[in-house]
Amino acid sequence: MILDFTPILARWQMLMDGAWLTIQLAVATTLTGFLLGTLCAVARRSQFRLAAAVAGTYVEAIRNTPFLVQIFLVYFGLSSLGLSLSAVTVAIIALTINVGAYTAEIMRAGFDSIHKGQWEAAETLGLSKVQQYWHVALRPAMERVYPSLSSQFILLMLASSVTSQISTEELTAAANFIQSATYRPFETYLVIALIYVALSLAMRVVFWAISMVIFPRRRRLGTNL
Amino acid sequence: MSIVVLDNVKKSFGAVKVLHGVSFSVAKGQVMALIGASGSGKSTALRCIDRLEQIDSGRIEVCGHQVADPGLDLRKLRLDVGMVFQSYNLFPHLTIEQNIMLGPVSVKRIPRPEAKGIAAEVLAKVGLADKVTAYPEQLSGGQQQRAAIARSLAMQPKVMLFDEVTSALDPKLTGEVLRVIEELARTGMTMIMVTHEMNFARRIADKIVFMHEGKVHEQGGPEILTAPATPELRDFVSNEL
Repeated sequence: MILDFTPILARWQMLMDGAWLTIQLAVATTLTGFLLGTLCAVARRSQFRLAAAVAGTYVEAIRNTPFLVQIFLVYFGLSSLGLSLSAVTVAIIALTINVGAYTAEIMRAGFDSIHKGQWEAAETLGLSKVQQYWHVALRPAMERVYPSLSSQFILLMLASSVTSQISTEELTAAANFIQSATYRPFETYLVIALIYVALSLAMRVVFWAISMVIFPRRRRLGTNL
Repeated sequence: MSIVVLDNVKKSFGAVKVLHGVSFSVAKGQVMALIGASGSGKSTALRCIDRLEQIDSGRIEVCGHQVADPGLDLRKLRLDVGMVFQSYNLFPHLTIEQNIMLGPVSVKRIPRPEAKGIAAEVLAKVGLADKVTAYPEQLSGGQQQRAAIARSLAMQPKVMLFDEVTSALDPKLTGEVLRVIEELARTGMTMIMVTHEMNFARRIADKIVFMHEGKVHEQGGPEILTAPATPELRDFVSNEL
């Protein structure tokens, strides 16, 4: 077998454009997914039965269906409602809905790990429920589940390749186009696999840097909560 | 004038009846020690005063708040009542100063610079002026408990509740926490403390309430610890000393 990368490297710019969109999708949906997931975790733990049931149904529905099917449901669902959204918008919506469900379960585990005494201390100080979550529970919960949380968001970046199916022009879509133009599928996918590895490693570094900022106690003492 | 009143308070956890009609009252500036064997209901009674548990029947009045009223504004109750726990319950991700400032800033809406001043003041009171930037895990158990007392003090409560605050500490650390509480008693703070420190209770309490099997079995001045009227208290005291 003779590997020839020249036709692929000639289309380097296209791969870079695709990788850039992949990065943008990952960053945007990490933020929206974290927000949605955390709110769902809070809802699932709340005493309001309806909120807990709605959040629970959403989480189970998403965790028990394939991502590709979810994308098509969002894509065709929104267009049958008469909404003509760009592929990127649909991809962001579908990725957010998907990762939100997994994040909800991770954050729920984090909140559940907060000792009862912490909630009681916050309660007796007069903090409202929202303040208890915000000031007392959120950061320790995040700190405990941070490895799972960051892995989930790296998986999310990798899963964004599936959005090529609705013609979002991210990295995998670029590869699909290049391989059909160059008849060099193996080399093409080998190159983007390496780019995905680089992106994953970069995300790990970024998540480590974020942890150093949002967990000052850990930065100073170097111990786990 | 009584600032805490319990009147025939009953409370069960499922099928287990914990409080079988508890009544007592605490006057402003009084220090009350709530004593009794494990399982006698003293911690539950204390927790009901701050509505960490809701009672089944009876009446609790604290600083004019009807505590059992479902429509009670809990925030107002908690502004008047401070609570210190056996396990300190400091927030591990916040420095000591941040722990103390959280209530004043988020609940009382006191501006940060002013809250910083309050934190410095209460930390000096409990002898931890140099621990402002430390995290709870860097402190000994005794220091953590004193910081927890400071956190509660920073809210300027009218009544303070202490739930076995020295039970997790060795005698030396217990001593440093008790000294802080004693100092507080001298400033005229109304306090209810669930405690197993009989000598301490005898020395600083104005009033002793002895609970036995979910009821107030005997109450009176500190002298009841040396001259108990009931055989149950006599038994209890002789085991504790």
